[in-house]
Amino acid sequence: MYVLSAIVCLTLLGLFLGLLLGIAGKYLKVESSPIVDELESLLPGSQCGQCGFPGCRPAAEALAEGKATATLCPPGGSVLAEQIATLLGLELDLSTVKEPELLVARVSEATCTGCTRCFKVCPTDAIVGAPKQIHAVVADACIGCKKCVEVCPTECLQMHPIEVTLRNWRWNKPKPLFADNAEGNALC
Amino acid sequence: MLSFFSKPRIQGGVHAEQHKDATAHQPIVYSFPLPKKLYIPLQQHVGKPAEPLIRVGDKVLKGQLLAYSQGMISAPVHAPSSGVIVDVNDYPAPHPSALPIRMIVLETDGNDEWVKLCPPEDPFLLEPEDISLRVGAAGIVGLGGATFPTAVKLNMGRENHIDTLIINGAECEPYLSCDDRLMQECAAQIIDGVRLMLHGMRTERAVVAIEDNKPAAYQAMQAAALPYPSIEVRQIPTRYPMGWDRQLIRYVTGKEVPVGCRSSEVGVTIHNVGTAQAVHKAIRLGQPLVSRVVTVSGGAVSKPMNVLVPLGTLISELFAYCQVDAAHTARIIMGGPMMGDALPHTGLPTVKATSGVLALSAPELKDSAEQPCIRCASCVTVCPAGLRPVDMANNIRINQLDVAVDLGLKDCISCGCCSYICPSNIPLVQYFKYASGAVAARQQAQHKSEQTKRLMDDRNARMERIARQQLEEEQARIAAKAERERLKAEQESVA
Amino acid sequence: MIKTQKPNSGAHIGAKTSVSKIMWQVVLALMPATAFGLWCFGWPALNLFIITVASALFFEAFCIRLSGRLAIPVLMDGSALLTGWLLAMTLPPFAPWWIGVVGSGLAIILGKQVYGGLGQNLFNPAMLARVALLISFPIEMTTFVDVSPLFFSHSPGFIDSFNITFAGLSPTDARVGATTLGYIKTEFSQHHLLSDILKDYSGTLNMIGWTRGSLGETSTVLLAFGGVWLLRQGIIQWFIPVSLLLTVALLASVFHLWDSEHYASPWLHLNSGALMCVAFFIATDYVTSPNTPAGQLVFGAGCGLLIYVIRTWGAYPEGAGFAVLLMNAATPLIDHYIHPRIYGRDRKGKPLEISKS
Repeated sequence: MYVLSAIVCLTLLGLFLGLLLGIAGKYLKVESSPIVDELESLLPGSQCGQCGFPGCRPAAEALAEGKATATLCPPGGSVLAEQIATLLGLELDLSTVKEPELLVARVSEATCTGCTRCFKVCPTDAIVGAPKQIHAVVADACIGCKKCVEVCPTECLQMHPIEVTLRNWRWNKPKPLFADNAEGNALC
Repeated sequence: MLSFFSKPRIQGGVHAEQHKDATAHQPIVYSFPLPKKLYIPLQQHVGKPAEPLIRVGDKVLKGQLLAYSQGMISAPVHAPSSGVIVDVNDYPAPHPSALPIRMIVLETDGNDEWVKLCPPEDPFLLEPEDISLRVGAAGIVGLGGATFPTAVKLNMGRENHIDTLIINGAECEPYLSCDDRLMQECAAQIIDGVRLMLHGMRTERAVVAIEDNKPAAYQAMQAAALPYPSIEVRQIPTRYPMGWDRQLIRYVTGKEVPVGCRSSEVGVTIHNVGTAQAVHKAIRLGQPLVSRVVTVSGGAVSKPMNVLVPLGTLISELFAYCQVDAAHTARIIMGGPMMGDALPHTGLPTVKATSGVLALSAPELKDSAEQPCIRCASCVTVCPAGLRPVDMANNIRINQLDVAVDLGLKDCISCGCCSYICPSNIPLVQYFKYASGAVAARQQAQHKSEQTKRLMDDRNARMERIARQQLEEEQARIAAKAERERLKAEQESVA
Repeated sequence: MIKTQKPNSGAHIGAKTSVSKIMWQVVLALMPATAFGLWCFGWPALNLFIITVASALFFEAFCIRLSGRLAIPVLMDGSALLTGWLLAMTLPPFAPWWIGVVGSGLAIILGKQVYGGLGQNLFNPAMLARVALLISFPIEMTTFVDVSPLFFSHSPGFIDSFNITFAGLSPTDARVGATTLGYIKTEFSQHHLLSDILKDYSGTLNMIGWTRGSLGETSTVLLAFGGVWLLRQGIIQWFIPVSLLLTVALLASVFHLWDSEHYASPWLHLNSGALMCVAFFIATDYVTSPNTPAGQLVFGAGCGLLIYVIRTWGAYPEGAGFAVLLMNAATPLIDHYIHPRIYGRDRKGKPLEISKS
């Protein structure tokens, strides 16, 4: 008798709670994963394709699904990788992130014909100029996407590393201890 | 023992070996031969670089304005001697990187002829604002090494009520003795400069603080200050970094300057003794800042001395004069051995900040063979800022820069006490300088990515607008065409 | 123009200290107490001491080679020597050779190298090994012999010593027994009172070190002498030893005054067991103690409290090893909460209010 009543009670309880969960699942449903939007807002948004995905949105989706690592975005560098890792709660090994070598486009005045093609493709309006006038690149706004280099008919746009001046010179990180002799490890 | 419980007036610090005897007992040398060429950087101060107003080929006289200050925080640059301007171009800066900055190159004519100077008859009749203006026009900056424009500091002093002006004669860096000699030989000039600064800031009281390892300087300064009850000359303990402005303020006044505030906000302002002398020269004689006393010392220097050099003198010429042994020079340092910068070569000019140039031999340097940290906590004990260098460095090593910032990375003053004391020779200060740079670079990168996003949004919006406009125009055109055809058809039907 | 190599950051000059200098000075400070201990317990103690130190060096070298580095420069820093030395000082002088070898292995491999070597370990290696040995081999680790100085007629000779150390021949029963603390603990369990138990106890002999005990821990005077010398040399700070000893003395005084028949006097506590050695040489280990003076005071007081509690109410007669290990575990926590105030900020790290007078 007791056994029966226990079974009945627990079954009823189970059915009730199950119903509750079902209702909650239906009415409190989260429409779409907001994580993709958040990830997309972190990414540069220049749709450069250097990550191997067709754009920043697909890259964000891949990240959310776990199909890509936090270090996927070369222009974002370690800063972005850290932000993504924090957002997704991932462990991050920064030693594998190669800081992107920052390049900016520069116009060689000798060959520029003022064709305006480059500044039409520039995603950040970093190229200024007018038809038949020599164009110039605003280095601070250039993101190094190389789109202008591809369309330039005279190859006058070239990518150059950012010049080191007293303003952006930084101290090196000291070499870690045992960095030299850790290699050539005989036993491991 | 009980000092642990009371609020300490001196926190941390080290008793570094002095090495001052080589230069502290001989008078300042005034007979430095005028160099053929002077390289005068346009930025020798904190703030915006000065803007040149001369052209290549111009003839200038000593003390003539070469470049004017631009912006609120800046300082002008004057000709250190008479001669011809031969170049305005990029030359290696006196900086560890020796990257190029803009300099004016002056070929001296050997006459060293002053421009016409017009000092006021009685500077104490001048308005305090005039004192600041004249100090600013003379290009005076903090000569202790901070190179903050002195006029700006005087103005800030006037705006906030300052009750104590501290004159920093601590000179706590080993090897350096230029301030010591200056106080011994030019005490009257310094005290006069202090009085002028007091006048310029409308302040009543000044304290000249001198470390107790300079008794001669103390006596000379006290004798010179005797007639002026508003100026007190005080001895302070010898302990590096006693000359750190905030440490000195706490020791002298008992006040602690909150993080993120200027000392003037707590009613104190601090100037170097060299600055006081420069103020004296600028106001009494009308001379702008064109030369300074530099300590040349170190194990590789055969004739160490304090020498008055025109600004822009190349270190190589200074070293030649003091007979530096190139073979024994392991490191060239501008400034003191604790906080100074190692320079890659000697083809760099002396500037307003150059209190000393050292040529250290290898045995004088700290052994560079690094060993594992044994957590001895000496660095925690000696840190005058109350930081934990050991934890900060460990976090920086594994790229946890945010943790290092939380631990107080931004409060580090790079005084070098931790590196000095570390038994494992860990380059702690370099870790902190690297991390500060990396944090700044990261902020810039973040700023840039935000800017990129904004630019891109703007562009997308513009593109959309243009597309919409084109579409509307197209539709309008089609509508107009239809209208025309309809009218035409109507006309035809009427006809 | 003079050129030099790539720029380094300051400070360009440095204090004339190094890791090895610190280690060697500690070794020097241990010298008197060790020499006295070795003399007191004769050849077997010397055998054990050499075996322990040598195997510590061997294990260190082995681990360093395993990580692909050169062993000699690392051995020269003196840290493995010091670990072996300290461990040897805590062992019963007539313990068999393998106690020393196993202890050194535990200390160097498990206590130090698995964490990443010098400076990385959470626990004091010597104490870790001591506690592990005590739990694993209680008989060997609690068999103490009477003082039997070198060249005395009743002491084991050079040849006998090999039998004791290597063949495991125990000395005659008459000459072995427990330490003062162990003896008190056993007698208490038979409901004897302190005044009976300590009829033959001489505080002075205990202070000098003429008593049964671990190899190098018996002489309070010489250990304290070495410790004070280290303090004078600036190698250690006073915070840990003073707070540790003061805590033990204070607790012992209070309880002794309350009930002198069941609680030993502070004098006895200070002069017995590993207390002096721990206070000056073990608890002050840089790697495993807090970084700040206040933290060190807390650490020392914690050690003292635990030592007293374990000695008085615990199952073991001596609790120094456990106390140190427990406080080692608390060190990161202490360092997290007790740290210096940054200039211009309050204790919580917020900028100070402007106080304009």
